[in-house]
Amino acid sequence: MPKVTFIAFNGSHHVVDATAGLSLMRAAIDHNVPGIDGDCGGQCACATCHVFVAPEWAERVGPRHANEDEMLNFAAELRDSSRLACQIPVTDALDGLVVSMPEGQH
Amino acid sequence: MNTATAERSALDEARARINALPLDTLNPVDIAYFADDSAPLVFERLRREDPVHRSFSPVPGIGHYWSVTRYQDIMTVDTQHAVYSSDFSKGGITLMDFPPGEQQLQMFIAMDPPKHDVQRKAVSTIVAPANLNNWQDLIRQRTVAVLDGLPRNETFDWVDRVSIELTTAMLATLFDFPFEDRRLLTHWSDMATSNKATNPDAPEPEVRMAELKKMLGYFTRLWNERVNEPPRTDLVSMLAHGAATRNMGPMEYMGNLVLLIVGGNDTTRNSMTGGLLALHDHPAELAKLRANPALIDSLVPEIIRWQTPLAYMRRTATQDTVLGDKQIKAGDKLAMWYLSGNRDETAIDQADRFIVDRARPRQHLSFGFGIHRCVGNRLAELQLKILWEELLQRFPRIEVMGPPTRVKSGFVRGYSSLPVRIPA
Repeated sequence: MPKVTFIAFNGSHHVVDATAGLSLMRAAIDHNVPGIDGDCGGQCACATCHVFVAPEWAERVGPRHANEDEMLNFAAELRDSSRLACQIPVTDALDGLVVSMPEGQH
Repeated sequence: MNTATAERSALDEARARINALPLDTLNPVDIAYFADDSAPLVFERLRREDPVHRSFSPVPGIGHYWSVTRYQDIMTVDTQHAVYSSDFSKGGITLMDFPPGEQQLQMFIAMDPPKHDVQRKAVSTIVAPANLNNWQDLIRQRTVAVLDGLPRNETFDWVDRVSIELTTAMLATLFDFPFEDRRLLTHWSDMATSNKATNPDAPEPEVRMAELKKMLGYFTRLWNERVNEPPRTDLVSMLAHGAATRNMGPMEYMGNLVLLIVGGNDTTRNSMTGGLLALHDHPAELAKLRANPALIDSLVPEIIRWQTPLAYMRRTATQDTVLGDKQIKAGDKLAMWYLSGNRDETAIDQADRFIVDRARPRQHLSFGFGIHRCVGNRLAELQLKILWEELLQRFPRIEVMGPPTRVKSGFVRGYSSLPVRIPA
């Protein structure tokens, strides 16, 4: 199972075994990672699973899609590395992925 | 017959009455269904028999409309703003097209991108997570003061003394509005949502507009004071200085004030009352909560789902499209009934039960989804969380002394009074 590290706003690390084929948001929710809400259940409709992808992973994770960009447009802190975790499918190629979280999901 | 049995038989009777009506006559926005709270039964039937339902309202300005009643269909409409418009020029976000004697209010909830996006961004930081930490202590202080000032051993109105007082104080703080005049905000909120065409008790349209103009006059004074001062963090200053909002015309300023006042007032107010009522109606859930106050975290979203303080949002189709098995024509209007989607068993487990420790309690529709999702949702949750923390600590019992009076509206699902008593 690919290992993924979520770094919370307070700096704490949460390393989880993610399931390939499911989304990164699902991995966080299924392991009770605090700071990821996923209110819409993964339909790119609420922007409450906002993460910042670590620079060394940016290329492998890829850029955000148009409708994801539209939702993230309202994020309190938008960076080039901003993605919605529900729009990132976990694959074996993402083993070791590191993402960090904003101060809060809005 | 005890109360619970009597209520159940009244419910069965209402359900039988609604199920006996010809399907094509069901017009869910009729305020009669909201005055006696039988609307959930209408939606129960529509979800089962005709989930995308065409109906006709005799109210001038409403006429024909579609009711979207299932969770996933609502999500589809809410997330496709290019197909389903919110724009005020097409009719905005409520089913009434042009209320008699007035023009549609221009506010960012009733705009499509790109204008929506820039205006929303101009105010969204005030309720962003970083700012909420700053509000927290103030909200708690005000909540404590209101609760400590409540009468003991006598019946009082929860809506007036708690729900209105707390939400109005919050709103006054967000606007940096003169605190002693704060009940004007409540008054203007009630005026803004009043509608003579659907509720005979509502003020005449001219009276309503005159009151909203008074609101505009008051807020224009605040704007003029603040536009000449350095930018501050209150909403008026943010609008006056924001690049996207500083050139708004008076009617657009009025529209956005109405949006922020109603959005910050009616919704949280009615969840504050609805939560007390829901726990009163479900004593086993209240017992669970009292035994484990940590459940407040899931209680809060469950209250917001259960109450659904805004029953629907309207959209207007910009093109011919298909929804469910229905052909929607360009120009048709649709009501996304959040109240119905929030009770949809196919999306929410045991949707018809109020459960304080529900799994995935946040996946409700009350805030909407997509680009118009409620901007103040986190603040609303914070206010409710603090209220319940302080209530549980303070009062071992709050007795509901009689039924609530419900607001006569098919849009705002709320209460105008609820008699309660707190034993000494």
